[in-house]
Amino acid sequence: MHVTINGNQTELDDDSSLHQLLQQLKIAEGRIAIELNGEIIPRSQFQQQLLSKGDRVEIVQAIGGG
Amino acid sequence: MNEVADKPLDIAGKTYQSRLIIGSGKYKDFQENLAALETSGAEIITVAIRRVNLGQNSDEPSLLEVISPETYTILPNTAGCYTAEDAVRTCQMARELLDGHKLVKLEVLGDQKTLYPNVTETLLAAETLVQDGFDVMVYTSDDPLIAKRLEEVGCIAVMPLGAPIGSGLGIRNPHNIRLILENASVPIIVDAGVGTASDASIAMELGCDGVLMNTAIAEAKQPVLMASAMRKAVESGREAFLAGRMPRRLYASASSPIDGTFF
Repeated sequence: MHVTINGNQTELDDDSSLHQLLQQLKIAEGRIAIELNGEIIPRSQFQQQLLSKGDRVEIVQAIGGG
Repeated sequence: MNEVADKPLDIAGKTYQSRLIIGSGKYKDFQENLAALETSGAEIITVAIRRVNLGQNSDEPSLLEVISPETYTILPNTAGCYTAEDAVRTCQMARELLDGHKLVKLEVLGDQKTLYPNVTETLLAAETLVQDGFDVMVYTSDDPLIAKRLEEVGCIAVMPLGAPIGSGLGIRNPHNIRLILENASVPIIVDAGVGTASDASIAMELGCDGVLMNTAIAEAKQPVLMASAMRKAVESGREAFLAGRMPRRLYASASSPIDGTFF
């Protein structure tokens, strides 16, 4: 299924969880935050939260800034 | 030595010995940033919130692995936001990624060329964030009325610009900063505009509670040396403020006694 991750179309297995998505993208779960269709998903729910076709996911981190 | 014992800077119930806050943008690498941070003595450092780069090497350390939230107070900003909605969203993401951390630097910009704050959107965002339980340090113009209003809506620190972000033009309107200070009952921190050490001293001599800077250190030819200069400038400006400067006079006033001359 197609989902949009940080603005990029990405192909994922059906019923992938956020946890699986992060594994596929090789992103550590530590210092990130995720928005799914505009709603923040707490880190504690990454395992349970399943993705659906057409979902928009934003994954952010802290970077240098003033 | 201290005739007047200074009180530490209090931000959201936490006290800081340093009155200098630095940024983490524009540095050559994290190591240079960390060296500047350590040398500056700053205990608070700003960060931006951005999309994870999907292609990035997962072995590369992230900023927060080099500059530890256990050692420093991380101050996430809303840089790049032009609406209250985007700024609020950014703060909520920051709170999540920092495990419930409530302290944020709110900035809502109004114009790409000047990066001047959009004060109406800033006020809207500030109200929403305060109601949502955030401790809001707010970047704003040097308008005393807006500064007071931001305090009234519950911001815990008000941070007027000295000059446009990244301009290095110094404190362009010290009189306005004075007016803001006269009415304030929360910390006033000059944010943006500092170009060199004397600018930071001027802000502190005016009575500001602190100075926030990024480019002045990061874009110096030797950032770590400038970080050292800024540490001293903020400390000396603060001491000069506490000491109370002599009055300005139109004419000279001899430093040596007139009595007892033998000529």
